[in-house]
Amino acid sequence: MGIGYYLQFPFAQHSLEAAFLVAVSCGLIGPFVITRTMAFAVHGASELAFTGAVAGLLVADNPVAGALVGALVVAGLIGLLGQRASERDSTIGVILAAGLGLGVFLLGYYHGYASEALNILFGNIFGVSTSQIILLGIIAVAVALALTVIWRPLLFASVDPDVARARGVRTGVLGIVFLFVLAITVTLAAQVVGTLLVLSLAITPAASAQRLSVNPVVVTVLSIVMAVVAADGGILLSFQFASVKPSVLIVAISFGFYLLARVLGPVLTVARQRRADAPELAELTHG
Amino acid sequence: MAVPRVELEHATVRFGHRTLWSDLDLSVADGEFVAVLGPNGTGKTTLLKVLLGLVPLSEGVVRVNGKVPSRGNADLGYIPQQQAFDRYLPIRGRDLVRFGIDGHHWGIRLHSRAIRRQVDAALEAVGAAGYADAPVGLLSGGEQQRLRIAQALLSDPKVLLCDEPLLALDLASQRAVTRLIDHRRREAGTPVLFVTHEINPVLPYVDRILYLVRGRWAIGTPAEILTSERLSDLYGIEVDVVRVRDRYLVVSAEDEMPTEPGAHAHHDHAH
Repeated sequence: MGIGYYLQFPFAQHSLEAAFLVAVSCGLIGPFVITRTMAFAVHGASELAFTGAVAGLLVADNPVAGALVGALVVAGLIGLLGQRASERDSTIGVILAAGLGLGVFLLGYYHGYASEALNILFGNIFGVSTSQIILLGIIAVAVALALTVIWRPLLFASVDPDVARARGVRTGVLGIVFLFVLAITVTLAAQVVGTLLVLSLAITPAASAQRLSVNPVVVTVLSIVMAVVAADGGILLSFQFASVKPSVLIVAISFGFYLLARVLGPVLTVARQRRADAPELAELTHG
Repeated sequence: MAVPRVELEHATVRFGHRTLWSDLDLSVADGEFVAVLGPNGTGKTTLLKVLLGLVPLSEGVVRVNGKVPSRGNADLGYIPQQQAFDRYLPIRGRDLVRFGIDGHHWGIRLHSRAIRRQVDAALEAVGAAGYADAPVGLLSGGEQQRLRIAQALLSDPKVLLCDEPLLALDLASQRAVTRLIDHRRREAGTPVLFVTHEINPVLPYVDRILYLVRGRWAIGTPAEILTSERLSDLYGIEVDVVRVRDRYLVVSAEDEMPTEPGAHAHHDHAH
């Protein structure tokens, strides 16, 4: 019973589709997360998806809707309380702790099958229904559209905030918009790899891509490709090795890409510097 | 006379109860190089922010190129101090420069020959073509500042606002960067407002100095402003201005003189 056997089942097809949608969103947002040093915000928002899911189960028997609403609340709180970059990390830590406590408290009131809530911690890619695929698709398209619209000013504001402000970019507003996009993407990713492993799709591919290129467009494309290969590749491999959870294989592939990029990165950088022939480049090695 | 490019009349900025500066009058015409001097926290950068439309005046009138300042005014070119970019930031020299054309526009545009040509020409003009494709995180301060000038000039500004662009640069780079800014002024007549705490590197180019000290200000040619009498009056304490060859040194016998390191002989040569 290998990959071909499983692929005829809808659950397998759904899982591949869901993983694809999530990976594209994560790969797209990853480079911005790194440039804005918001890895901890990703982690915080993803763990709080658990609290949102439990609340969703209690109120409306719908963990995904609960997680999404929770993500918006979390993004709003981080944006409201952590305006300055210097206080953002501690703010996220505080919100994360309080939110997880609330999640555990709410879980005590839930008398249903608790695995539905726990699924969101570890991911349940094989339990995705057709309606959830549609929801994932709508959100993935919305995330991609939002990022496309704010792309240039967001990059400007992330790299060069002072000049961006001088050119009229509303860096504060963009930062909040990005937080919302990030929180929604992360909640989406939590459905697939689980909140604990979201970073493997939202950070690792982008971090790997940055070692391989300095072209922002190439980095984004590489980040998306690596995220998709890791996500769908991990699921396909799990058909072959049924004893290993797909999220584990997704993380393994993603981490493998990262190791490869760390090894290949310096080689590529040296080649790039040799190609340039400006005298100033002699100084580069001291940078 | 033509319309002044920058005009301030009775301009005052207050944050809460604190008055940064008040009743400031300034008029800058084409081709002028105005250095804005003064200790930290006297509102030199705030003056630039007023012109950029980021901080409103509490009182008075301000006009840039004949208009009330507004956010994102393309008439203004802005050159900041150098910053530390992360080594692995996926931004090349040309990407930083390109922000000057369309960084503030919505959406994406991947390939455009016209934009590429514009960026290449701007890089060439400041002598930065050699590291156009290098990551900004690996560039020296002087190289980065050349990119900043290219970036600021891409919108064909009518006024250049420079906020400590020479900070932490070596002498050769200070000279190169100042010359590039001066070159633009002479070629296009673009007036320059140059915020600095160190007058000597720009002294050969400076027409007038605006000196801000704790809410008070003075404006005039370097010879008028950089005198012991004028600065003692401005600081409210005894200050000596010493001219050593073509450099000015500001020295105070009193310790509480509000200066920063590197700006004045007081710190360099005390003890």
